[in-house]
Order: sequence, then C-alpha cells, then structure tokens
Amino acid sequence: MPTVVVPEIGTAAAWRDAARGLLGAGVPPADVLWQFGAGDADLFADAPATPPAPGQVSVPKSFVSLAENLCWHSDPQRFARLYAFLWRLKDRPSLMTDRGDADLAKLRVMEKAVSRDKHKMKAFLRFREVPKLGDRRRFAAWFEPTHHIAEPMAGFFARRFGDMDWLIVTPHRSVAFTDGRIALLPGGAKPDLPDDAHEALWTTYFRSIFNPARLKVQAMQSEMPKKYWKNLPEAAAIPEMIAGAEARARQMQAAAPSLPPLRAARISERLSGQDTPPPAGDLDALHRQAAACTRCPLHRDATQVVMGEGPRDAPLMIVGEQPGDHEDLAGRPFVGPAGQLFDRVAADVGLDRDRAFVTNAVKHFKFQPRGKRRIHQRPDAGEVQACKWWLEAERQLVRPKLILAMGATAAESLTGSGKGILSRRGTVEAAEDGTPVLLTLHPSYLLRVPDAAAKEAAMRDFRADLSIAARMLAEAA
Amino acid sequence: MAKLDLQQKLAILSDAAKYDASCASSGTSKRQSRDGSGLGSTEGSGICHAYAPDGRCISLLKILMTNFCIYDCAYCVNRVSSNVTRARFSPEEVIQLTLEFYRRNYIEGLFLSSGIIKSPDDTMADMVRIARELRQVHNFRGYIHLKTIPDAAPHLIEEAGRHADRLSINVELPTDASVKSYAPEKDPGTIRKAMADVRLTKEASKDRSHTGKRPPRFAPAGQSTQMIVGADGANDATILGQSTRLYSSYKLKRVYYSAFSPIPDSSAKLPLIRPPLEREHRLYQADWLLRFYGFGLDEITGATEGGNLDLQIDPKLAWALQNRHHFPLDVNAAPREMLLRVPGFGVKTVNRILTTRRHRTLRYEDLTRMGASLKKARAFITAAGWTPGALTDSVDLRARFAPPPEQLSLF
Repeated sequence: MPTVVVPEIGTAAAWRDAARGLLGAGVPPADVLWQFGAGDADLFADAPATPPAPGQVSVPKSFVSLAENLCWHSDPQRFARLYAFLWRLKDRPSLMTDRGDADLAKLRVMEKAVSRDKHKMKAFLRFREVPKLGDRRRFAAWFEPTHHIAEPMAGFFARRFGDMDWLIVTPHRSVAFTDGRIALLPGGAKPDLPDDAHEALWTTYFRSIFNPARLKVQAMQSEMPKKYWKNLPEAAAIPEMIAGAEARARQMQAAAPSLPPLRAARISERLSGQDTPPPAGDLDALHRQAAACTRCPLHRDATQVVMGEGPRDAPLMIVGEQPGDHEDLAGRPFVGPAGQLFDRVAADVGLDRDRAFVTNAVKHFKFQPRGKRRIHQRPDAGEVQACKWWLEAERQLVRPKLILAMGATAAESLTGSGKGILSRRGTVEAAEDGTPVLLTLHPSYLLRVPDAAAKEAAMRDFRADLSIAARMLAEAA
Repeated sequence: MAKLDLQQKLAILSDAAKYDASCASSGTSKRQSRDGSGLGSTEGSGICHAYAPDGRCISLLKILMTNFCIYDCAYCVNRVSSNVTRARFSPEEVIQLTLEFYRRNYIEGLFLSSGIIKSPDDTMADMVRIARELRQVHNFRGYIHLKTIPDAAPHLIEEAGRHADRLSINVELPTDASVKSYAPEKDPGTIRKAMADVRLTKEASKDRSHTGKRPPRFAPAGQSTQMIVGADGANDATILGQSTRLYSSYKLKRVYYSAFSPIPDSSAKLPLIRPPLEREHRLYQADWLLRFYGFGLDEITGATEGGNLDLQIDPKLAWALQNRHHFPLDVNAAPREMLLRVPGFGVKTVNRILTTRRHRTLRYEDLTRMGASLKKARAFITAAGWTPGALTDSVDLRARFAPPPEQLSLF
C-alpha cells in the first residue's frame, strides 16, 4: 500500500499537493496510508512513495480552507479523513453545503477544535522580556497548544509584533522572529525565562478590573479553561479573588453611605453657578430657551431643538413642517434632501435663501425607529399647537413682510387650517397678526410623488409659487 | 497624602473603570506591522486575552486617566461626593502601560476614560494627546477606544475619532428624567447631540471630495453607549424603547446594558442591591432579537408582564409561547423569517437549515448537528420523523422550560 509522508513543516501545502496528485491518478482512499513526519512507519506500509505530480483538480473554496485548517489537527487520522471526503466531493461539489452529512459534520467539529486552539493561542500566549542582542527588544514565550498550530500562527505574531524579536516555544515546534525573518525550529521543553516586572502590574490590573459583586466562575472557565492557567501569570490570583468576592460584595452593601468630602459642596456649587439666565429678546436667547422646552413629548426622543436660521431683519420667512433625520442630527433647518431641493428651485427663480429666515412649524423631529432608520412621522395637532408658541416668538423677532408656508403643517400653524393644501397653494392668506402667508407644497412631498408626470406637475407648481414669493418681495422692497 | 506609585495608581484607576461594560476590540479596519515600522495589528475579530471571575472578557487595558471628577452622579464611584482614594496618571504612564502590556500580549489595546477635571475640554484634550502620541510617536496600530466627554469641543471629538477605533458616550440611564435626578450636571440633550455629531462626522469621512481624495478615517469601529439597568425605576420596555431609538438615530454599534452594581462608598440616593444580572442578560437577548432576528419592539414588549421581560425564560421563547398559532413550523418548508423565530434556533442554525434543505429532507437528528437547541425547538417544529403532536399547545409547556418554583421558607 503506498504511504504518503506529509512533512511536519509546510504540512498543509504538502497534503494539498499530495491529495491533488492522488486524486488526479484516481487512487481511492482505501489504497493510501498517510504518515505525519518521518517518525515510526506503519507496519503494513510500503516504502514511502513519491505521490504523483499534482494534477488539475477543482474543489470548492470552502474545502480548501477546511483542509488548510484541518491539517494542523493532532488526530493521526486527519489526512485520511480529509482525503476520503475529498474523494466523495470530486463527484458532488455541492456536498460542502450539506450540513446534514455525517463525514462533513465530523470534519467541521475537528476544524472548530483547531480554530479554537489557534484563537486561544492568540489570546493566552504571554511574552516575557529577555535581554536583547542587537537593537531590537527581545521577548520569549512558552505555550502548550493542543494541535500543531505553531507554524500557521507564526504569521499572526509577525504581523502583530513586527518591531521586536521574539521566540515562541511549543512542545512540537518553535518559531523565532529575528530582524523581521521567521524561522521554524524544532519544539522543546519549557524554557527558563527571566522574571518580568510587568507581570505584577498585569496581575494588579486583573485583580482590580474584577467586580466581586458579579461572581460568575462558570462563565470565566468556559472561556478560559483551567488547562491554560498554569502559563498565565494572572491566573495565580484567581482562587483568592473568588474566595474573597462574596465578603467584599457584602461589605460594600453593608457600608453606610458616607458623608461627602468637604470639597464636594464647593465644586458642585461652583458648577451650578455657571448657568446664567439668558438675556431675553434675541434669537440666540430664544434658541437657548427652546433647548429646554418640554411643552410636548417630542423633546424626549429627538436629538435637539432645531430653531430657525437667517438674518434678524429678513423680509421673507420660510416655514416648513419639522426637522428631518439630518436636520435633527445637525441642529440646523433645511440641510437634508428636502432642503437641498428647495435651494435648487429657489436659486432658479431668484429667491435668495441667505436673505430669508428659514424655520419649521414644529421644532423637534418626530419619528418612528425602524431597524437602523428613523421613519418621519407627521406631528399631530397638539404638537403643532404646542410649538406654535416658538414660531410666534420667532415671527415677532424677525417681523417678515411675507411668510412662505410649505405644506399642510406650516399652513395649520400659521393660518389655523392645514386642509386642502393642494387647492389652496399659490394663494395668499393672512396670519393671525395679518402678515401675508403664501401657501405652497412641502419640498419633501415633491421627493415622494411616485408618478413621474404628477411629480413634474408638482415641481412646476412649486416653482411657480416660489416665483410669486420672489415677485411679492420685489414689490414690497 | 503619600505619593502613589504606578502599581497603586493602576489599582485605583482600573478599579474605577470596571463599571464600563464594553471591552470590544472587533470590527475595526485591518492594520499590521509586519514590516517592523510599528507595533500592533487588528484583523477584524476581537481577542479576549483573559477572563476575570466575573465572567467578563478582558480585551483592553480599561483605565481612567484620573478618577478625580467634578460631577456628582449618584450611581458612580468617582462622583465628587465619594470618599474613594483619588489618583491621576500622567499621559506618559498611560502610554507606557499600554505599550508594555501590548508587547507581552496581555491586551488588544487601550480603553481610556476619565473623570472630568478642570473642564470637559481640558480633560478631552489630555485623552486625545494620549491617543495621538500612541499613534504618531510610537506607531501603535492596536485598538484604541476613547470615551468622549459630551461637552467637549467638536474639534477635540474630531481629532479623537481620527486616532481612535471606537468612540463612546454613555447615556447612563434610560430616561432623561432619571439622568437629571441622578446625574445633575449631565444633560441628556448634550449627550444625544454629541452622538449625533459623531454619526455626522463619521458619515462625512466616507464622502470622497471631487478630486476622489478620501478624508481621514474616523472611528472605523463606530460608536457605542451604555445604560445602567436597575438604578432607577425604568422597566424593560422603556429601556428597549430607548435603545431602538438610539440605534436608529445614531447608528450605534452596540448599546451596553450594565446591571447596577454596589460600589464602594455608595451614595444615599441609590439602593444597594445585588446587581440584577439575569435582567441584564434578558435585555441583551431582546436587543439581539430586535437587531438580528426581525422582531419588532411591540412584539417583545407584548410578551412581557408590566413591561418587564420574563426572567425565567428567554424573550424569544416567551414570544413563541404567546403566539403558538404560528407553530409548529415545518423546517423543510418554512421561510427564513419564520425559522428565525423558533426558540432554540440561532442565525447560524437557520442559515445551515436553508443551505442543507436544498440537498435533503431534514430529519430531527440533522438539526442537532446544525447547532439547534432541540430541547427548546422541539415543541415548535416539525421535521421528517418528528411532530410535536399536542405538545405545542399543551398547557404546561412553559413549565417545561422555566425552573421549578422554589418552596418558600417558613422561617
């Protein structure tokens, strides 16, 4: 029976080449004996044969990575199992996705064991500093993995600890990294490494970060099994930490609240004294007051109040519905998609946004969370009513010659009714104090109209309304 | 006061940092130092380098720059009115500890937080300096998580995001009212605004300019926050409502729930109770159902009593027990969204079911191999060779999962 010797270094690549050759030559799994390294040969084996040259065999990618991992498993049967599965796979590539297949299930379990072992090596290997030979600092570690993973892990440590020299010794294989070069060496016994002062600091950290009121020993052990403890400097502290936890937690609960130190009152007083009441009568002061508004529940969920923006003496006041997602985050009105559409059309008809005071009927964003997004919700009559107070305050400060009300909510707040906006648009009504209010559609409505023809018509109307506003302003000036 | 040595400072300032639950080091951009030009790597998945007996992973060096603080938050061990021993690291000490721990493979990086000294800007500037020097002077490529101070100036937050992998700002408590009463100097509005700024800056960092140049990376591992559970009276429905809003508003990577735990030198304002660990666990389960299993908030809270999750059984099972008319499901035919609702099936199991059933009719035994927990799932599914019969609708189904009631002691 032909025996294929898979070398101890470069195992995964060698197995892959051998398997390719055997498969290409049509050698069934029962006719191959696999041997790891040049150790004790099988009693029934022939002299090691040179496997046939690798042929062209295509297998699913997922098998290649499975085999790459599995070759480092410590089970002597791994090569045979892999080859037997590969033999079945060559006629049925879809086998890789069959989670019910018993052979594959076994291989997956083994693969998981290797992956876990690798992961634990990344996590639990501990370096100690050793005297340096050249310019670079040197570190060394002893680790006892369950599988033959020192070689496949060398790259990870080289990518991570690129600017220092290091040596990792495991029973099966050692890896040295010197001046940026990786060398694979024979394994060895536990080396005698010098003490490292940082282990005491690390153990201090480990003790202090532990919360004795949340003792969960099982959870710790399932992730950090005891077999690793002997090579972890911090693990020596564990038994005492567990033993003392209960008492420490009880002590904390039993301790009566203490009196605050003297400086506390002084500091707190100084802090609370910093809030000076805002001077009334200007837009900034109004903004500060509105930031504390609790007249309706919308303040609880929104990020911030979004007040109007523009010159204090603006002849035109533009009122939209409410801030959207983007406005809520940025704290400024009309900076989202609807605002950008407005800017485009306004520029077309010669309406200067910089000379207008831009604001909303409702100052907080109302929304419904849906997964990773926030879905806009229309404010109800109560919310519009509550916020009217702020819109009124803005209007009294700015005293515009004309108000452009965009959409039903703005119309409702300014004229008392938001009904029938499609038929009222393009007309001028009056606000409570008599300021003319020109009604139009809300730009976000234009973004939402599904039908192309209807959208075009709505755009035309909107453009016409903005032109009316521009003309009225020119006449008033 | 005697001068503290490094060991003592480390003990004080890590003890003060342990109430922050986050220790994630995953999900950031890939970096390495194979060419010897620096130290450290990040390769996608996080690594837990140790576990403390509280079951929590230790992935980062989680410390406070200082535990001096001018704020007086009742739940916090570092509040100004507490008598804990105070200490302060110099930026050099933090940098050296991080690098030396990293070289010995103890940690994935640094999680730096701080009490507020002098002013929010001063404190934030010191933290940013530490991150900047780690990156630029020491070429450190490991993970950095900075806790941002809500009131700090925007340019400091922006610089923090350029050096750090993750930024976080804690909302602390589930409602604005409790933040105001327990953390009088903190403003929930300012906290939300800071999270909004982080989201906007991160989104802006993805836009290329007209020359195709990409702005510098900003917090590639995103932002997260933490809520303390059990310190105020908020119920689970309120807490989960708050987290759905936070996820949708600020694109958070995670909301951490931290069971309020007794602290040394507690305030008279807060009850000292055993931390509600089971409740914390159920909240995480519900959080996962909301984000990865297609559950709506009302479905989860609909299966609660008085707005609190059932502590004895998990929230998915609680939902399934109340909605038995959807079950049993045929694992060989049911759509993905329904399979995700079967108690005992995780996302991986469902994916395996979907790929495998293209090859064969699934049998009960196949499901075990796919990682399903059939103890839970069996009452809710049919498969080849398995039907739950009357089990699905049996009156005592809940009792099969819940731990048996404890006999009350007479004494």
